[in-house]
Amino acid sequence: MTYDVIVVGGGLAGLTSAALLAKAGRRVVVLERRAVLGGLHSTDEVAPGVRGDAVAHDIGWIPSSVMKTLGLDERALALLRPDPSAVSLLPGGKTLTLWTDPARTASELQRHSPNDARAWRGFGERVARLAGFLQAIYEGPAPEPLASGATELLSMLGLGRKVRSLGGAGIIDLLRTLPMSVADVLDETFEHPALKGLVAASGVTRLVQGPKSGATAFLLVHHHVGAPPGAIGARLIARGGLGALANALAESARAAGAEIRTGSAVTQIVTTEDGVKGVVLAGGDEIAASTLLSTLDPRRTLHGLIDPIYIDPELSQAIGAVKYRGACAKVNLVLDRLPALSEELLRGALVVAPDMGYLERAFDAAKYGAISERPYLEARIPTLHDASLAPAGRHVMSVLVQWVPYRLRGASWDGARREALGDLVVDTLGDVLPGFRERVVARQVLTPKDLEDRYGATEGSLTHGELTLDQVLFMRPVPGLSRHATPISGLYLAGPGTHPGSSIASAARAAAAMGAAKRRPFPRPRGDRVPLTR
Amino acid sequence: MLKTTPFHPRTAALMEAQQWRRWAGFLAASAYEMSHEREYHAIRNSAALFDVSPLYKYHLRGRDATRLLDRVVTRNVAKCQPCQVMYTPWCDPRGKVIDDGTLHRFGEDNYRLTSADPNLRWLHQNARGMQVEIEDASERVASLSLQGPLSRSILEHAVGRDLGALKFFRLTNATIGGVSVVISRTGYTGDLGYEVWMDASEALPVWDALVVHGKPYGITPAGMLALDIARIEAGLILLDVDYVSARKALIPGQLSSPFELALGWTVSIDKQPFNGKPALAREKADGPSWSLMGLEIDWLTLERLYEDMGLAPRVAAAASRVSVPVYDGSKQVGYATSSAWSPLLKRYIALAHLEASSATPGKELEFEITVEHRRKRATARVRKLPFYDPARKRS
Amino acid sequence: MRNGKVDAIVIGAGHNGLICAAYLARAGKKVLVLERRHLVGGAAVTEEIVPGFKFSEFSYVVSLLRPEIIRELDLPGHGLQILPLESTVTPMLDGNYLAAWGDHDETRRELYRHSPLDADAYDEFGILMHHMAHAVKPIIGMMPPDPTSLSPRELLSLGKLGGHMRSLGARKFYALHKLMTMSSADYLDEWFETDVLKATKSASGIIGTFMGPRSPGSAYVLLHHYMGEIDGAFRAWGFQKGGTGGVSDAIAGAAKRLGAEIKLEAPVGRVIVKNGRASGVALENGDEYHADIVVSGLDPKRTFLKLVEERELPGDFVANIKRFKTRGSSGKVNLALSELPRLTCMEPENIARWKGVPIPPERYLRGAISISPTMDYVERAYDDAKHGSFSKRPYMDVVIPSMIDPEMAPPGQHVMSIFCQYAPFAIEGGWDDAKREAFGDAVIDALAVHAPNIKSAIIARQVLTPADIERITGLTEGNIFQGELALDQLFFLRPAPGYAKYRTPVDGFYQCGSGTHPGGGIMGASGRLAALTILGERS
Repeated sequence: MTYDVIVVGGGLAGLTSAALLAKAGRRVVVLERRAVLGGLHSTDEVAPGVRGDAVAHDIGWIPSSVMKTLGLDERALALLRPDPSAVSLLPGGKTLTLWTDPARTASELQRHSPNDARAWRGFGERVARLAGFLQAIYEGPAPEPLASGATELLSMLGLGRKVRSLGGAGIIDLLRTLPMSVADVLDETFEHPALKGLVAASGVTRLVQGPKSGATAFLLVHHHVGAPPGAIGARLIARGGLGALANALAESARAAGAEIRTGSAVTQIVTTEDGVKGVVLAGGDEIAASTLLSTLDPRRTLHGLIDPIYIDPELSQAIGAVKYRGACAKVNLVLDRLPALSEELLRGALVVAPDMGYLERAFDAAKYGAISERPYLEARIPTLHDASLAPAGRHVMSVLVQWVPYRLRGASWDGARREALGDLVVDTLGDVLPGFRERVVARQVLTPKDLEDRYGATEGSLTHGELTLDQVLFMRPVPGLSRHATPISGLYLAGPGTHPGSSIASAARAAAAMGAAKRRPFPRPRGDRVPLTR
Repeated sequence: MLKTTPFHPRTAALMEAQQWRRWAGFLAASAYEMSHEREYHAIRNSAALFDVSPLYKYHLRGRDATRLLDRVVTRNVAKCQPCQVMYTPWCDPRGKVIDDGTLHRFGEDNYRLTSADPNLRWLHQNARGMQVEIEDASERVASLSLQGPLSRSILEHAVGRDLGALKFFRLTNATIGGVSVVISRTGYTGDLGYEVWMDASEALPVWDALVVHGKPYGITPAGMLALDIARIEAGLILLDVDYVSARKALIPGQLSSPFELALGWTVSIDKQPFNGKPALAREKADGPSWSLMGLEIDWLTLERLYEDMGLAPRVAAAASRVSVPVYDGSKQVGYATSSAWSPLLKRYIALAHLEASSATPGKELEFEITVEHRRKRATARVRKLPFYDPARKRS
Repeated sequence: MRNGKVDAIVIGAGHNGLICAAYLARAGKKVLVLERRHLVGGAAVTEEIVPGFKFSEFSYVVSLLRPEIIRELDLPGHGLQILPLESTVTPMLDGNYLAAWGDHDETRRELYRHSPLDADAYDEFGILMHHMAHAVKPIIGMMPPDPTSLSPRELLSLGKLGGHMRSLGARKFYALHKLMTMSSADYLDEWFETDVLKATKSASGIIGTFMGPRSPGSAYVLLHHYMGEIDGAFRAWGFQKGGTGGVSDAIAGAAKRLGAEIKLEAPVGRVIVKNGRASGVALENGDEYHADIVVSGLDPKRTFLKLVEERELPGDFVANIKRFKTRGSSGKVNLALSELPRLTCMEPENIARWKGVPIPPERYLRGAISISPTMDYVERAYDDAKHGSFSKRPYMDVVIPSMIDPEMAPPGQHVMSIFCQYAPFAIEGGWDDAKREAFGDAVIDALAVHAPNIKSAIIARQVLTPADIERITGLTEGNIFQGELALDQLFFLRPAPGYAKYRTPVDGFYQCGSGTHPGGGIMGASGRLAALTILGERS
């Protein structure tokens, strides 16, 4: 069997691109190291007889073009958008809830702060406007600011039109807001500490920065790409865990003719000066193909799988400089009873981020290589959406805990530290959910190091590299590679480590780039022009 | 405060003229005597002894040492035999020269690379993912250069054995003054000559032994002024004078490719991928737009320019490192970066960067010269390099 | 002059106000400068707070004063004399130290002692910064275009900016992008491994900002150190002879020579606006002065929220000015010293212990001493501030002007200027005398860790908190840049969108302080560009 394209990695990006490429008539094979598909978005057994979201427990958006091309809709992909979007668990058993309907949130806010209730709709509209602009960029190839060719100019023009549709004030707001700290943005808008804490969490999630750090407003906006207007904090989850989404995409890929092999770890991407030749698998088997799409993170791909002499030292240096810095650990808890909160609220994301100062102090620890003493938590209970994940009466709670550094100062990750982290999470939840500790019957703790070891995420970064202004758009993963092609002919990159920083959308972009490039070498990044005279 | 080399106790004692200069952060002798003339003639007449310890030296060992060097330099390192030395430039990914130096292969996986500028970081950047140990041996290893027709006789006495078998660009182990040294038949003068490498802590006995054994042969400690003239005669380029490192260039016009520096012969386009390979392959196919050539300034026209002012011709005794425009009629076609009066050849010579169309040996161009505060042009003829190439260099 | 009419009134005799006045006078305008205090200079003043000891009270080094201003106003002819500040020594917590000297070989040797790789990287970093400074230079000198405008003039200006960016080529463009968006800690991590080197360099990137070195947006200030090297004012980094007030005096001298009148102790209470037009100012004592052009060199908040009635300004403009961030973050401690400090780390036996190069004390004391021993030290200093208190262990930039200009102190005695960060304006509970002294003590204690003889050498000390800076100079919240130099407050956003070109919503009323583009330091570009704008519109 010969293949047109090898896709390395059976996560959401790998499966999506395989489906899109197979649909376009390519013979595709997907190689996944693990036994199950989905990567960071898989559903794994987290305790005997209990399954749950292995690592990530929600996603942001899926470009409508992907669903259209694959003939899928949210239902077919097992997706649903929980309402409420997010519930802040506050001391004394209090809560603050964000609903997908801004009017409902505003009326909820009324009891906390009439001013904030008044400002809510406007804020939602502003975020939606800014996110809409990002979405327009994210649905196309990464903008090329130094563009000069006609196609480039046309695409820039299209972008320019989109920008102008924002209106003068919109552009100013965009340029002004993106580099700001989310704390400054929220301080300008709201007064209630709990509201600011809950919203600010979107600006620092998966990031080693606090709400007062510059450009965290960008991340807040980024997280709202594809969300319904005004639905701050809204995310998509999958019935049956995100593994169900992976399986649905895999089904679609197979139906289009793609072959998917699990238990197939790629140990080397074989290259020559002419380009990609194929891969070597852990068992020593080789698979030949002249086009390869790696959905592993860019450093793992370019530093881990390719003979260094094929990557020039400047590119190699740039790849080495990408900031990964995993910010969170994953704790899965098995509960024998639901937490003491209304079941309606429990269907949303349960967040421990009572105010911005809390987040800021939690972040401070990470700067010095320590785990937050009082961490920021984001929890979901997938069994509320699919009871079959656990035996009757049991629930699984998926908790992302932040900040947990990949590199501990003066220590390394071991069993004792892992368990202490588990205790910290249970205690933190116990402080805001009465009687919580007693309901935990089993738990699984995955440190950033575990996330790297198990899921291949460099430094435990769930986003395959931090989403900061210096690492997005034409800078993602590094300048010159933002359009998925690499200097190695036939080698392409996808996954959240590439533009636009989201698995499925990046796969769509990569598949488009590969289709357009038709296996011709993609243009190399332009260096400085060679002088004509001197 | 500048650093001093391991030979400083000796060189300082010899220094009559207080003519020191900086070299890579070290104090280096420009000339020991008031004039560098005798030191120059020692290079071509007997033997001159230079302290070249300020050179940067890197030792590379390990399984991937050859692969690393082969991806860095333009020559084919795999072809370098143990005990062989290769002169080679190295380029950035755009195919522009960063530096040049000699590569000493001691064994299968054991090398020394010398350079004019620091290259530690660059080597590390290139070594990512490779098994190789890179040591900055710049200060641990001291080096002397013994250059001139009698250098072999002196060394043979000093090491107590025949060195006739040590061919040009080969190296050997030896003992001098009880100290283990490496002797390479290399140098920067284009003459018969050797470089002696030793541990810095044992430098002085080596110097002393060479001076003792060299005395009957007229060994003459010499400084950079003498060396500068000899290297121009030999057509050897100098970083920061004849070209700008691609790492330091501020504008594209300051970049040079190996082809433009007359180093096309060092570019092994058929070997494994190396920095700049695609750009160099293109340039090799298209031909470089610039060439480094010799220029010989016509003495008669020079004499006439001075005569017009009522003066006898004058040339500086020291080599000039001032860039001088070179014209073809009204058009500037290049510039000379090093020029000197060759006391041996009795010619006024220069190393010049010329546009390819003017880089034809024998072509007559004009070389700008300032005579009594006025800019004039002297006729100059394009020459192939080197100007001086004695048979003894290789024999 | 009382109640008389002039062509232009400049409010505030800070360096930008004086520069603006000088340029207006140079173009033949009749100019009156009104200054609240008894001396010119604003935050660039020299005062003899202790008899015999001259303090550069606030601003203490001259770095980026625009060379065209120096030339066009012939400032050297009016007493500008900048003496070089060549070295920086950073004492470390383990007794080691890092020094940067004026000489490249010496600096390389010192860096090599810490890290051979960093010694190489330092040179390459310098070249890149040179390129970056070169890339930014035209932006600093240009009037910010309005990105929302579709007028041909604005589009042309935007196009020029785009063309300039493209002309940089890919490498430099991306490097600039990183510099503008990254934290100085991350940016420096890409280059260096020596923590103390990164700490010292990044500390220079947070001066005057309310950001820590790990916050994105802090990297680009690293550029400032390289700016002076490329724009024809080589070695413009240093001390003004006679203290920073000498710079202001030189500019004032030039302005007066050109015909401007400067009136001291004349605090302006409000700008007189009639029918949407500025027609003059009224002093706090009620005296009025009339002119068709009124220029404010005060910071934007003071200018628009105190001097102009809110009803004269559009609501969204006022909202923008109100949210313009002016959080003061730094303080100043000025000392009169009976003897020179001695850094423990620079004692000969300690230098020998760390295998450094012996340096006589008079040499390193002519340069700066940076108290930035580790990246964490600087970051923790910020942590204190962001959580509402002054830094227990502040970052400090210490200089001894009397080592360079002996006339600053009585013979054999010295003045020391300590810039300290962080001292937030909005300290929990507000500043009071006890907190001021506690802050002063913290500064001296943190310095005494490295220079134990400092305490016994102090004859007198002046502690300036942001509240003091606001009280004395008028800078809102004591912000030394008249508004934070953050990406969301630069270029066409400084101080507010639509009003970044020195104009204001009030006809005839202009702004020229460092709260406008490009702002920051004793640069003077704002004052000059404001004057050129006014002259372009009104001649």
